[in-house]
Amino acid sequence: MLGLAFVVMFILMGLLAPWIAPHDPLATSWSAIRKAPSVAHLFGTDEIGRDVLSRVLWGARASLLAGVVSVCISLALGLPIGLLAGYLGGWTDGLISRATDAMLACPFLILAIALAAFLGPSLTNAMIAIGISATPIFIRLTRAAVLSVKVEDYVEAARAVGNPHLRIVLRHILPNILAPLIVQATLAIAAAVIAEASLSFLGLGQQPPAPSWGSMLNTAKNYIEQAPWMAIWPGASIFLLVLSFNLLGDGLRDALDPRHS
Amino acid sequence: MSEELLAVKGLVKHFKRVRAVDGVTFSVAVGETLAIVGESGCGKSTAGRLVLRLIEPTAGEVRFEGEDLLALGSDALRAKRRAMQIIFQDPYGSLNPRMTVGQMLEEPLLLHFLHEKNRNKRVAELLHLVGLAPEHAQRYPHEFSGGQRQRIGIARAIAVEPKLIVCDEPVSALDVSIQAQVINLLQDLQRRLGLAYIFIAHDLAVVRHIATRVAVMYLGKIVEMAGKRELFARPRHPYTRALLAAIPVPEPGAAARRILLEGDVPSAIDPPSGCHFRTRCPYAQARCAAEEPVLEDGVACHFWRDIPAPPQNAVLIRVNERLARLQAAFRN
Repeated sequence: MLGLAFVVMFILMGLLAPWIAPHDPLATSWSAIRKAPSVAHLFGTDEIGRDVLSRVLWGARASLLAGVVSVCISLALGLPIGLLAGYLGGWTDGLISRATDAMLACPFLILAIALAAFLGPSLTNAMIAIGISATPIFIRLTRAAVLSVKVEDYVEAARAVGNPHLRIVLRHILPNILAPLIVQATLAIAAAVIAEASLSFLGLGQQPPAPSWGSMLNTAKNYIEQAPWMAIWPGASIFLLVLSFNLLGDGLRDALDPRHS
Repeated sequence: MSEELLAVKGLVKHFKRVRAVDGVTFSVAVGETLAIVGESGCGKSTAGRLVLRLIEPTAGEVRFEGEDLLALGSDALRAKRRAMQIIFQDPYGSLNPRMTVGQMLEEPLLLHFLHEKNRNKRVAELLHLVGLAPEHAQRYPHEFSGGQRQRIGIARAIAVEPKLIVCDEPVSALDVSIQAQVINLLQDLQRRLGLAYIFIAHDLAVVRHIATRVAVMYLGKIVEMAGKRELFARPRHPYTRALLAAIPVPEPGAAARRILLEGDVPSAIDPPSGCHFRTRCPYAQARCAAEEPVLEDGVACHFWRDIPAPPQNAVLIRVNERLARLQAAFRN
């Protein structure tokens, strides 16, 4: 449960940023431009004298928010559509599945970039773009899980007892397909964090001067030789956050699998 | 015959090209047990589900207490489900793993507005009826053994006070010792609640114990239907005879007296012309390929009268013979 520990740590970092950050993440200082890490600035300073540690702490908010909110959007869209496709079958399923296939044919990040560019650059729009781009995976996963559960005897028993369709789906099918979806959601958060960083790197996510790991990397690339600390810290943060969500996802998969408990 | 509860006429179900059930007619009286037997794939389970409209029939007629079930709209059908229930073969797959036993037993009451004042009491009563304790209501299915799970499945089926229960091989997944308990429970409930059963099975020993009448199915059709005693004592259709001869007899040398059928069951996609059984029937003649026998007087065979009668209750006769020899030996 190392993953869980790290995820909790990052969440605390983001939540407590106003109190634990040693400096204002937006305050510039002409006397401290691109200073190497020191006691005053543990992670160094950036090209206009802002404290990198403070910006990394505040940047955790953008990354976590983007990860969680965009996955919530994909779940909110993908789950009902997948349930519909899997349960109804027939031409409804055909239509939804073909549309999903078409969306999956576009690489996730390219689709997110195109959508974000279309919606206009802002963190909110980036989250919407990422959420929509990740939806087809959830549709497909939900549909597949429904297909395997709906032929179970207990679903037929639910029909035999006289359950209406909506109740069969919500009460008998949904609880039995949640485990793989929760695992996929945790893994998708990791992908969404990377996507947010990428969009911010391209200027399509968090807008300056507000801090985000992706946009920090973007400016840092110009000074990679003179001030490598500007890139190292946000880069390492992205790496660690993604790794811990992946570990959490793996852990959850094992924990939710009845054969493992 | 007593009052008719269910009448099925010319029931047909084709899954694309597979003719799973191919024109089946039978009836069930109030409080009786009609057993449907046959080997895997003969359509007996499908027939049971068609009766409950869990699968929509391709053609045919199902009347329950005189009411045409196939004409019911979805809401009317849901309400009608109160009167007809099903018990499944697999006690592990038939209970929702994410619901407690209490929730499972309460659900049918909720759906049919039964015992609204005191559902918990009814749940406890149901658990008691099937030999479980009231505190089991809080537990999840995985905490129970196979036999206990089957009892929960039975409790769920009787929760709505049905008149007919389709038992789809309810004991074939259980240990032999547990089988007897569950069968006795089913018989006990039948007496107490006046239930009628359609008992789908392939285990003839169980059928012999519980059935009132027996219908033998082969490749989507009923080939013979008779009272239990009559069918076991005087099987008429060659397929029924082969089935009965296949019951293992705990006696050395008995295996040699089995009637062995050659080949496999033909595909239900392209069943043989005329009599479906003719490809494996030792008595088949030209007429069997040309003309399909109809179920007449409980048997669907052109030539059953001409087939040599099997030795009556072979085991008993053999035992009696030996007993006589033994007695004779002592007399000398």
